[in-house]
Amino acid sequence: MTERILQELIESFPKLLLTALKVTVPLTAISFTIGIMIALMTALVQIAKIPVLRQLARFYVWIIRGTPMLVQLFVVYFGLPSIGITMSAFPSAIIVLSLSVGAYCSETIRGAIESVPKGQLEACYCVGMTFPQAMRRVIIPQAMTAAFPPLSNSLIGLVKDTSLAYSIAVVEIMAQAQRIASRTYDYFWLYLEAGLIYLIICTLLTWIQRLVERRMERKR
Amino acid sequence: MIEVMNIQKRFGEKEVLKDVSFRVNDGDVIAVLGPSGSGKTTMLRCLSFLETADGGKVIFDGKEYDLHHSSKKDILNYRKKIGFVFQNYQLFGNKTALENVTEGLIIARKMDKKEAVDRGMKALERVGMLDHKDFYPSRLSGGQQQRVAIARAMVSEPGVIFFDEPTSALDPELTGEVLNVMEKLADEGTTMVVVTHEMEFARRGADRVILMEDGLIVEEDSSDVFFTSPKTDRAKAFLEGIRGR
Repeated sequence: MTERILQELIESFPKLLLTALKVTVPLTAISFTIGIMIALMTALVQIAKIPVLRQLARFYVWIIRGTPMLVQLFVVYFGLPSIGITMSAFPSAIIVLSLSVGAYCSETIRGAIESVPKGQLEACYCVGMTFPQAMRRVIIPQAMTAAFPPLSNSLIGLVKDTSLAYSIAVVEIMAQAQRIASRTYDYFWLYLEAGLIYLIICTLLTWIQRLVERRMERKR
Repeated sequence: MIEVMNIQKRFGEKEVLKDVSFRVNDGDVIAVLGPSGSGKTTMLRCLSFLETADGGKVIFDGKEYDLHHSSKKDILNYRKKIGFVFQNYQLFGNKTALENVTEGLIIARKMDKKEAVDRGMKALERVGMLDHKDFYPSRLSGGQQQRVAIARAMVSEPGVIFFDEPTSALDPELTGEVLNVMEKLADEGTTMVVVTHEMEFARRGADRVILMEDGLIVEEDSSDVFFTSPKTDRAKAFLEGIRGR
């Protein structure tokens, strides 16, 4: 590595970091929040065995899990305009990423809810609670403890999936790295630096995950 | 007073409850005995709407409830008047002992939190668990968990408490503390229907004994009569079998 490249990497680092903070992190945070809400609802309509909605939920999970995210991004961003629905790149990415989180995490949450002994739901009924009350107060809090490690996994996966938004012209870390590199042709080093940024974000998340897990363990 | 009339329930081919009727007077403690598979637990579960019976009614608190189809609202109201103690305790794992007891009061009955805590503490004191009020279930022994579960069932002062084999999941050395609490409740005039294999409890704690076999009540007596001079051959055979053990 020459001094010139080192200099370039030092200069580009804050630019990439800023892109991460302005694009990748919000994209991840918004998609994950919406995704988890979709996941919870998708899991609950299946567990409560609500007709129609339940089949719809199964269908949604089937479609999203069975097709590549790249295809979904292209369909939403390049395909929908042809039937009159036009969206800019960032919201398109949010929609696709949220739906993906919703589908994958709904299975995680469904499994976690089913891992709470069924008798506790019956015990809720016997102290006069309704199904929603029982879910909110007793079952879901315990399910979330069980679901926390796999959900953290999904969050970390999502951070890296945001790089796919590059393909529909969202200027995220990858696009930014390419722009900078195209001026000097130091692709090798700049892509490594882009990887480093992802690594930093994911390391931070892993660290937070461990902290939260330790705290949850103390509360038992 | 609770009047149970003609409960029927089948699981597929198997007729678990053929036609069960009985009556519980206020303050009565009824022990329901019988071999495994005789339908005792299913009967309690039908009486709490945890299982939907194929037929039957229960008259409770002056109101008639259809055990086969009642509205959600009726079921909810009915359940607020009963207590249920499970074989495997089924304490809420994310709540402390005290929270387990107060949760139903606060969430289902919308009771003021301070009053609920007050009543919860009294209930825990009655089962001797007040000093463990801030413990999570995972930190309690089976006997302690079951005592908290009993406090949870009685804190709302229900018209009846159903016990589904409350000591069957416990190590033998832990059954005593639970049975003592139940006998104390019985002495205090709590109306109880107890499905059990504990003959000692049935003899000392219960006023009446119901013996079930193959989905039917085969004998119903005061507990003195049942244990000293049972009328039917089936009751005699049942008692023989137990003494032989």
